[in-house]
Amino acid sequence: MKTSKPALQTCAQEEVTMASSCAQLCLKCRSLLCSKTVATTWQHSTQVRHCRTVTPVITKVLNGSSFFSGNHRTSPASQRWKQQMFCYSELSVKHLATEAKEDKFKEELSRADVVAYKSPLLPVNEIQMPLDLDAAAEFSALEEITHEEAVSISVPAAIPPSSTSLRDYVDKSETLSKLVQLGVNLWKLEQRPNVGTMLLKLDFNMDVAPRLLFLKHIGVEESHIGYIITHNPFILTEDLESLQARVNYLKSKKFSSETVASMVSRAPYLLNFSVKRLDNRLGFYQQQLNLSASNTRNIIARLPRLLCGSLEPVKENLKVCEIELGFKENEIQHIALTVPKVLTANKRKLTQLFDFIHNTMKVPHHLITKFPQVLNTKYLRVRERHLFLEFLGKAQYDPDLPNYISLDRLVSLPDEIFCTELALATLEDFYLFQKTL
Amino acid sequence: MAAPAVRMFRRVEGLFCVYKPSGVHWKLVRDNIETKLLKGLNAAPSQPCPQEVRFLAQPGGDAEAPKGLTLSVASVPALSKHPLVTGPEFQYLQVGVGHRLDAFSSGVLVLAVGNGNKILNDLYRTRITRDYTLEGESTYGHITQDKLDRVLAMLQGANQKSLLMYSNVDMRSQEAYEMAVQGLLGPDGKSAPILTGLRCIRFEPPNFTIEVQCLNETQKYLRKVVHEIGLELRSTAVCKGVRRTRDGPFTLQDALTRHHWTASDIMQAIQQYKSSKKNKNYSRSKVKEPGLHPLEENTTDSQQNETNVEAVAAGGSRSQTLLSQRCF
Repeated sequence: MKTSKPALQTCAQEEVTMASSCAQLCLKCRSLLCSKTVATTWQHSTQVRHCRTVTPVITKVLNGSSFFSGNHRTSPASQRWKQQMFCYSELSVKHLATEAKEDKFKEELSRADVVAYKSPLLPVNEIQMPLDLDAAAEFSALEEITHEEAVSISVPAAIPPSSTSLRDYVDKSETLSKLVQLGVNLWKLEQRPNVGTMLLKLDFNMDVAPRLLFLKHIGVEESHIGYIITHNPFILTEDLESLQARVNYLKSKKFSSETVASMVSRAPYLLNFSVKRLDNRLGFYQQQLNLSASNTRNIIARLPRLLCGSLEPVKENLKVCEIELGFKENEIQHIALTVPKVLTANKRKLTQLFDFIHNTMKVPHHLITKFPQVLNTKYLRVRERHLFLEFLGKAQYDPDLPNYISLDRLVSLPDEIFCTELALATLEDFYLFQKTL
Repeated sequence: MAAPAVRMFRRVEGLFCVYKPSGVHWKLVRDNIETKLLKGLNAAPSQPCPQEVRFLAQPGGDAEAPKGLTLSVASVPALSKHPLVTGPEFQYLQVGVGHRLDAFSSGVLVLAVGNGNKILNDLYRTRITRDYTLEGESTYGHITQDKLDRVLAMLQGANQKSLLMYSNVDMRSQEAYEMAVQGLLGPDGKSAPILTGLRCIRFEPPNFTIEVQCLNETQKYLRKVVHEIGLELRSTAVCKGVRRTRDGPFTLQDALTRHHWTASDIMQAIQQYKSSKKNKNYSRSKVKEPGLHPLEENTTDSQQNETNVEAVAAGGSRSQTLLSQRCF
């Protein structure tokens, strides 16, 4: 079949390396037609057609290093190649369509096609492949190769050049398969822009494995590694020395190794921040809350994401507590030490909750400070429980008076125990009451 | 063969109602329900990862190379079908909301999942009434129960008049009479809000509670009604709470509270609604037997008339039964 595509010719001649790899690919594809090991020939039919159109352009078959042999390393060159591949195949597909229409005397070829596709099980020698290609000088399809050679021909992977999902690549990529086996949620990661491409470009042995070993070395459990990478895939591109330096810094601030491991598990972005930034934050919390070093360590160990987020919302929350809610400094200290989550709470919700507790339930400041968990609950929960107790006449939160209901039990007990012990009513009554609110 | 999750999804399609707490936007309620349903559906046991057969070349390390093809066959799981790669089976659910409730009000909110959305559309195109409970508070001491009742009666009269006006039927015709007998008088589609029933349930000055049955209303209009009642009483009245107790065939009894917003409870509520619809249809089809028993026709007609008179008195139930006939 004569093909004359000057456009393709110029494209190919621009990049000789591309051509060599194409040639290699074509060589393998041609031999594909002859070999009988490939059950996936059908899948490769598009690539094969592509080869048949490109080969006439290549005048000389170069011996290049094998591109698709075994390891699925994808370097930047291959990415470019893939993009080129995309446009090549487009052109080839278009060309084939026109060819099929115009060329009438292709019976020989079509017969051969049929023979080739229908009976891939025929032994090597019998197939006649009259592929009339220009560059068929050295590697003829009619050459006999031994069985061992036939077996050792590796099939190029049918990877689409570009895709919106990682599932097309996961079976062929060692990195991705190993990540899935570790429990990384690839589907969640591919929603984020550019993360998928970054993961594909990583090499398991050179990039991923050293960092996984590092995490294991600092004490992170294997079951948590999937979680960490799902939330922070960029830990796989951080410099190993920087990671080690940050861990050393934390240890120098007297965080024990187990604490550091638990902090990294719960705040996956922690080790991506520079030593300077971590230092800055630790200093901020110590100064603003006027806490001792051990107390600061305590808070940070329990809520490590305090070190990861921005400091502005925390500053605002502290100001809200001081000015709007009217807590004194030592009260704020105590609240932050008992329930550090208040520091990162939503300002509006915090104010709404406090307004209800202080003005509707008539609970004074010192009682709230004594039970800071009430500031951590959902507004609707506190509201329905308080109104139920008020309806029953049991809403009494002053410890000096009889029949006192403690605030922490009010908010932390599950529904059944709340009904039976505090409200002395049935759960159904509580649900019925909720429908009257 | 449908996966367990798909079978569960078939059971979740339908209509149900929840109790919306006050202070929460209806969209948050809808999103919350969607999230909980998705969680329940995706928790169903998934299909195991399909295996793929791969041929791996034997690593030929021997000096005497074996003749013939030595390929080892390995059956490995195809990771491209693993849930961590494909994502959860259900990612979005179509949950539709019936007549909306604004953030300040609470009460029965009808939701529909999947195929139920079509039924929801039909539901809201027919003329169904809704029941509300309005909590009002007035500040002046000269208001008594009978003054309030008088004002309410006057309001109800005005609304009845507007009902007749919006029904687009000549009041002096036989057609109008027959429609009135059957309780079919009323606006078709969009119109001004009409209160078909007003009643004072509780009066403890300064608070009072009114029960309202209405058509085409908004909660803002209902609050305005309380304000107008206050004006009629020559004082002020403020609406402290709007609570929807019934929306068409859905009552407070069937409404799910926040703690019951889980996939299993919702499925139960939907099954309950479906079975109650079937029972209603079955009992109705027994009453109407067209043409089979000509002797009994007259008696069945008279029976129907009796039920119709009751329906007129009730005010809303006839339209509900019409609705059930149309939809199922």
